[in-house]
Amino acid sequence: MTITFDASVTRGSFTLSVATEFEPGTVVAVLGPNGSGKSTLLRAIAGLQPVSAGSVGIDSVVVDDASHVFMPPQGRAIGLVPQDYALFPHLSVRDNVAFGPRSRGAGRRAASQLADATLVRLGISDLSNRRPSEISGGQAQRVALARALATNPAILLLDEPLAALDVETRDAVRAELDIHLTSFAGCAIFVTHDPLDALLLADRVLVLEEGRIVQDGTPVDLAHQPATTYVAALMGVTLLRGSAEGGLMSVDGGGGLHIADATVVGRVQCVVRPESVTLHRQQPEGSARNTWQGIVRSLQPSHDRVRVLVDGEPSIVAVVTPAAVAELGLVTGTPVWLSMKAVDLAVYRSPAH
Amino acid sequence: MSTRRTTPRPAFLVIPGSVALAFLIIPLLALLWQAPWGDLASIISSPLALDALRLSLVTSLTATAFAAVVGVPLAWLLARDVFPATRLVRAIVIVPLLLPPVVSGVMLLSAFGRRGFVGQYLYSIFGIQLPFTTAGVVLAEAFVAMPFLIITLEGAFRTLDRRYEDAAITLGASSWTVFRRVTIPLIAPSLLAGAVLCWARALGEFGATITFAGNLPGVTQTMPLAVYSALESDRSAAIALSVLLLAVCVGVLVALRGYYLKGSSA
Amino acid sequence: MRLGRVGAIWLAAVTTVAVSVIGTEPGAAATAAPVGTITVSAASSLTDVFPVIAAAFEKRFPGTTVRFNFGGSSALVEQVNAGAPVDVLATASEPTMWKAVNAGHAGRPLLFAKNTMAIAMPPGNSAGVTSLSDLSRTDVITAACAVAVPCGSAARDLFARNGVTVRPVTFELDVRGVLGKVMADEVDAGIVYVTDVRAAGSAVTSVAIPADRNVTTTYPIAAVISSANPVTAKAFVAYVRYSRSAQGILRAYGFARPW
Repeated sequence: MTITFDASVTRGSFTLSVATEFEPGTVVAVLGPNGSGKSTLLRAIAGLQPVSAGSVGIDSVVVDDASHVFMPPQGRAIGLVPQDYALFPHLSVRDNVAFGPRSRGAGRRAASQLADATLVRLGISDLSNRRPSEISGGQAQRVALARALATNPAILLLDEPLAALDVETRDAVRAELDIHLTSFAGCAIFVTHDPLDALLLADRVLVLEEGRIVQDGTPVDLAHQPATTYVAALMGVTLLRGSAEGGLMSVDGGGGLHIADATVVGRVQCVVRPESVTLHRQQPEGSARNTWQGIVRSLQPSHDRVRVLVDGEPSIVAVVTPAAVAELGLVTGTPVWLSMKAVDLAVYRSPAH
Repeated sequence: MSTRRTTPRPAFLVIPGSVALAFLIIPLLALLWQAPWGDLASIISSPLALDALRLSLVTSLTATAFAAVVGVPLAWLLARDVFPATRLVRAIVIVPLLLPPVVSGVMLLSAFGRRGFVGQYLYSIFGIQLPFTTAGVVLAEAFVAMPFLIITLEGAFRTLDRRYEDAAITLGASSWTVFRRVTIPLIAPSLLAGAVLCWARALGEFGATITFAGNLPGVTQTMPLAVYSALESDRSAAIALSVLLLAVCVGVLVALRGYYLKGSSA
Repeated sequence: MRLGRVGAIWLAAVTTVAVSVIGTEPGAAATAAPVGTITVSAASSLTDVFPVIAAAFEKRFPGTTVRFNFGGSSALVEQVNAGAPVDVLATASEPTMWKAVNAGHAGRPLLFAKNTMAIAMPPGNSAGVTSLSDLSRTDVITAACAVAVPCGSAARDLFARNGVTVRPVTFELDVRGVLGKVMADEVDAGIVYVTDVRAAGSAVTSVAIPADRNVTTTYPIAAVISSANPVTAKAFVAYVRYSRSAQGILRAYGFARPW
């Protein structure tokens, strides 16, 4: 089943306006900051939120045309895993999973058997008699997935499937979710604000900002050619915009960088990976073609590295080891020299907007 | 080194708070002190008292059931803002709460009396006369008590996390199934709390009842009317009936305290 | 306000009478004149007539103010016995008054008026009530007072005396409750005092009950022992019983002479 979404949803002063398609067998991540419209997109596909203009189609059937046609969620063959899972607290795990089949007309016994089979398939049959308050977050996620899958949906929608989990369980649950999403034959769409989830789980990432798609590509596309500063920040790289001519890029806001490819001309964007930037206390001597001065604005520990934000022309993020921080005596306000090889700059034409 | 922490008890709260408590507790103790304990059993087991108690329980429970059946849906509609003027509708709902009950009785007479707005047709077409009947008592009690249930439940519906209902809808449940199997179980504690408030108000209802339904033992004379009527002739009987009514209320509240407290703190 | 010569003579008479009747020490009474505010608890059936008498009283004794608390006689007695700050008690029957007197809360009562019963119907009398015996018809909806209040015991006695079996749909706690249900056209008939029928004017119609088949209730009035203003309280009691103007007003409202 292909979902054709070409519609806008207006709620107060906010408008979501998206035109795209979702193909079966593909796992799509909808990535964006809070308030970007991710959940609204999911609700509009589910039929929980009617669209204000345009239309939504599932295969060749229009399910919402903003005026005459509106197919309610019950008719759309969707499975939803809501944010925080929303397991019915008054029902056992088995009855939660049996809720869908039961609502769709199965008898009590048949629904119960289907629920048990689904729980077995997801490896959580031992939980069937427990209440949602008696299981862990990771288990709740699997139960919510089982509940959504028990109706055999053609479209699986997940709203922040990993956000409710703590860091320790998150990796294990993500790996398991990956297996279920990959084996799902229909359209799987999940909403997340965490780029790691998007990169690890999705075949395709839609980035939403302020109700619009700002980037639509594979995780690799996102990492190599982020379309906006937001995406670049998510990927942990610095995005610089400017104009290129004759192997030199003049950066918007001040500064100039040598670039390797002299044939690139006009408006360009350039990704600076933090690992490619070197920090020094003295002016460096060496082969790097780009050197400039800056002042350390902040230091952020990140796993076994430290991310250093340096104000300068241009401002940039570098990554160094904690040992280097000590050796260079880096604190906020320390003047530093930065250096970077021209070949480490990934320059590409600005996407037309 | 750790110092022992205690909850602060400022005098400007403790003193008026104690006054409030004493104000509530002294009449209670006074009633028990004046109660004719020797004759209590015989007064309470008199046909008049038993009739009044039975009538009070039947009418207050029926009124509560009626209020729940029609009030819960109204609370839901209010919470979902389906009316063009939710605030106005809510104000109308609250009116019986603010009115003197006698005025509610007069309004009910204007509406459902024999010559009333609606009552004249009930009477001329169906021969139904609500004043002076047990049904009239139920009507008066429901009119005065229903706002408690509606207001309690509107709050519960508003604070209910919509994701549960959304999940149920996407699982294919009809709106009736969602309401019955998801919404109602989730708000059950509030429903109980609202129903207890509504029931207690109905049980104590006096003014609207005597105005609209009159005062006839066995038919419309509920416990509060019996107490007031007894006050005209036999003060100790009135006190005995009051003790009985008090015992019923306390018994119910104690029996339901777990649910009731959970519902009101949620 | 100027006190005429007749008024001055009358004032002296009233004071003397009050003193002799209530038995206060003559020396004290001679110096004390009625003044200030008193509260009178009076039976519901006096709701219309007493304010008129009070206005006359206040005119006679400038500086006095009379406030009222109307209700069912039994409830009023109950309030007085519970220590309500009331100065004068006027009930619609002697037995109710004796409850206050015997409890030591009311002084010696004086009988000041007499009332009889009547049948009140909504205008139009759609049920076609023409006599007491019509009230025993099952299609006639009747209201009466509760037996605990004077108008209720009078109604009960009335039915017994005439040998009719009436099943009222409601036993109101005072006579105004009965009259209200009649005026609202919620009942076809109500047993009230003749004075109520007269006071209601065109709001009700009525059927008179022949004197030989009717029952009578007499109204006692007494000063409350714990009154904070015993002089004015006793003066009001004496005024209601003995003054020509008070008795004239009572007559005008349909009350009969009890002696």
